Amino acid sequence: MAVRAGYALALLLAVVILNFTLIHIAPGDIADTIAGDMGGATEEVMAQIRADYGLDKPFPVQLGIYLGNVVRLDFGYSFFFNTPVTSLIAERLPATLLLVFTAQIFALVIGVVLGVISARRPHGLLSHFVTLLALFGYSAPVFWTGIMLLIGLSLLLPLFPVAGMIDVALIDAPLWRQYLSVAHHLFLPALTLASIFLALYSRLTRASMLEVLGADYIRTARAKGLSERDTVYRHALKNSLGPVVTLAGLQFSAVVSGAVLVETVFSWPGLGTLALQSILARDTPTILGILFFSALVVIVGNLLTDLALRLIDPRIRGGGG
Amino acid sequence: MATPLLEVRDLGVRFTTRDGQVTVLDDVSFTLERGERISFVGESGCGKSMTALALMGLLPAMGQVSGGSINFKGEDLATASEARMRQIRGNEISMIFQEPMTSLNPVFTIGRQIAEVLQLHRGLDRRTARARAIDLLEAVRIPNAAARVDDYPHQLSGGQRQRVMIAIALACEPEVLIADEPTTALDVTVQAEIFALLRDLGAKLETAIILITHDMGAVAQMAERMLVMYAGRRVEEGRVADIIKAPAHPYTRGLIACVPHISTDATRRLERLPEIDGIVPPITSFGRDACLFAPRCGRASEVCHGERPAPAGVAGHKAHSVACWHPHEGGA
Amino acid sequence: MAGDLKISEPEPQAPRAQHPFREVLQMFVGNRAAVVASVILMLIVLAAVFGPILYPTDPFEMVWAPFTPPGTDGFILGTDYLGRDMLSGLLNGGRVSLTIGLVAALMSVFIGISFGALAGFYRGVVEEVLMRITEFFQVLPTLLFSMVIVALFGASLTVVTIAIGIVSWTAVARITRAEFLRIRELEYVTASRAAGASNMVLMTRVILPNALPPIIVQAALMVGSAILFEAGLAFLGLSDPNVVSWGQIIGSNRTYILDASFTVTIPGLAIFVTVLSISLIGDGLNDALNPKLRRR
Repeated sequence: MAVRAGYALALLLAVVILNFTLIHIAPGDIADTIAGDMGGATEEVMAQIRADYGLDKPFPVQLGIYLGNVVRLDFGYSFFFNTPVTSLIAERLPATLLLVFTAQIFALVIGVVLGVISARRPHGLLSHFVTLLALFGYSAPVFWTGIMLLIGLSLLLPLFPVAGMIDVALIDAPLWRQYLSVAHHLFLPALTLASIFLALYSRLTRASMLEVLGADYIRTARAKGLSERDTVYRHALKNSLGPVVTLAGLQFSAVVSGAVLVETVFSWPGLGTLALQSILARDTPTILGILFFSALVVIVGNLLTDLALRLIDPRIRGGGG
Repeated sequence: MATPLLEVRDLGVRFTTRDGQVTVLDDVSFTLERGERISFVGESGCGKSMTALALMGLLPAMGQVSGGSINFKGEDLATASEARMRQIRGNEISMIFQEPMTSLNPVFTIGRQIAEVLQLHRGLDRRTARARAIDLLEAVRIPNAAARVDDYPHQLSGGQRQRVMIAIALACEPEVLIADEPTTALDVTVQAEIFALLRDLGAKLETAIILITHDMGAVAQMAERMLVMYAGRRVEEGRVADIIKAPAHPYTRGLIACVPHISTDATRRLERLPEIDGIVPPITSFGRDACLFAPRCGRASEVCHGERPAPAGVAGHKAHSVACWHPHEGGA
Repeated sequence: MAGDLKISEPEPQAPRAQHPFREVLQMFVGNRAAVVASVILMLIVLAAVFGPILYPTDPFEMVWAPFTPPGTDGFILGTDYLGRDMLSGLLNGGRVSLTIGLVAALMSVFIGISFGALAGFYRGVVEEVLMRITEFFQVLPTLLFSMVIVALFGASLTVVTIAIGIVSWTAVARITRAEFLRIRELEYVTASRAAGASNMVLMTRVILPNALPPIIVQAALMVGSAILFEAGLAFLGLSDPNVVSWGQIIGSNRTYILDASFTVTIPGLAIFVTVLSISLIGDGLNDALNPKLRRR
């Protein structure tokens, strides 16, 4: 596990270096943007800005300074939001984490249940429904799915709030009412985001389950006199989860990507909406910070996946690595 | 004579496939007394395992019993409900399989897998079941059982896994244990140990054993009676000693000739058999009214291809019967 | 010596012959959904290619009152919030979406095959390095990364296409590598090697053709996901502002879903039907190219 964590850190470092380099080689820099913001500036002012931001130093030095700051979790200052990037992100990250993990759990739980049921009747109605759902989930653009749900369940049938994360009127309300309000706001975005992956997981669960149900140890379970239910849910399910969890781990990057679109549709105050704002404003420090933290979310997600796999399968646990 | 523990009469099994119905088992009959050891012998695909699965009520989804009865302690299992079969499986009749490497669930400890049957059929609580599981591991001669009870299957060798399977199968002290090729996947030395274990525990618990095998050596080692099957039918049945000494069916002779050293009279050479070539006929041809072995048989005549031979007693041995138009007589 | 009866398992079946193209085609045609999808996709492609010629209304020009519902005043699909013709937008947008989807997918398939083939063929250090790079691109949140590229280097069609292609190749690389690892051990590869084939010939002429079936299936799916990817960027307003695309129509109209939901629903349906057709074709290809898997 320590090896994995070290490796994860190396990946993160690579992400920072790549992004910093990319921004460095792109035409224009912060000084241009700020100058543009101010409606033009003299050469002297530009040079002053460049010196302030260390842009006059050679690239390796700039990178070194940046990396040193990143280690101290200092991502610089956002001139656009007039806030340190770190506190800006700290404010937005929890919302994105909530959305991303809720969506993954939604997708996994519903997907696995549908997959198991359709594996028990591989040619039944539900099985075909799952196949259709999978095709839909894969083929519909997620932002469009979100808008359709918004039109249906917030506008035509006002069951869910249209935007945001919490009812502003509840600012002084007891905590449990605030939580409830967040859950209420969270439902549609999480469902939308889950829709891409839900059917993917259920299809894999179905395939994996069908394979496991043919395994020798399932025959053993039946020969013991276990009921069909115990055989399926106790003996088969745990064995068929491995591939599904692995797939879910591989999807984390896609979930974070999808979250950007879903946050935009539902005005969810997370990293995604912040990313769009800062990209449109060319707010380089914020962009770099967001890229760092979104990669971090993916990496942490992958580590959690590894952990879950170890819990499921003792054969991996035994490895010790 | 009291009624036997298990009496199977004219058992038939059919598969429903896309191309229609296929006969898999055709009028199989045999009896089993308490504590007796019988062996089913034949090549792969002859219906040995299918007979066992029918007894357990575990036929694959496309299969169903098409006739006959399975009388177990006065109850017909062929018509018993699934709920009733669940009470019997693993409790009164249990089964171990050919592949010890894959027959245990990889994600649960062996202790839990043994305890599970005890909790299910004996209503034991977790702790008592676990203590019992340790006893059972000791009984199947797993060293250091108390420590190994929490091991996962992948931490055990193939022989040890088969011992665990035996512990699971015998946990509820069943009346019948079906062992389907239990040692095929194991080393020769381990085979002998497993057989010794099965014999000892079977005798101790008075459990009748049905050993399914294609290995005549295993039969000689393990069973008192044997049933030779071919293409879903019983072709010969009798005491192991009698059949090995004087196989009546040409097919049985072929099987025995494969391992000449087990012949009780090793010095006397068996008459040279015409080479028996070919394979078990495709399952679609099972159930025809003919001797299904005829195409591979050196003694086949016209009648063999046109009519089904009925089982008949072999002269001089009251419990020895053969279904053949041209049986060998009076030994080799 | 006593006679020996062969205690035999059923004879192993002769290895399945390589499926010639015709057989694959037959299997594919047997899949009704895939055939229907092919026809639909063909129609969409034809509409995108010839539509703007046959229906030459400028998609950027305000031609009528905003939010004209579909079917009124001669506007089959109505007009958007700026009174622009939706049908024209859809036809012209189709060109952009399909072109970017296809080119970006080809690009990522090319990168993916190169990475996977080199890693699977050479093993060792090469494999280690290439697979680390692949993993790196797997943890990168792809959409965010592409957004940044587009923002930094300008939202032209070329940049957008590259931004999509550069982040989407990891699946192809993994599949190609797995196939290469499997096939390089087969006898005919050893035979070719013994016959003096160079590494380049081995990779491109001997192994690659046999590795293609799963790659083709993945490539088909890539076109679909590249279209979705482009739609996402355009929806966020990060695509070339000088061309119409389906995602962009949705993005620019989404504030007005209360007034005219059709301006969002219709282009979304266009994306959905296109990508759905492509996935069904991919499924059909998969079944046709891997007949063994059909038994599932």
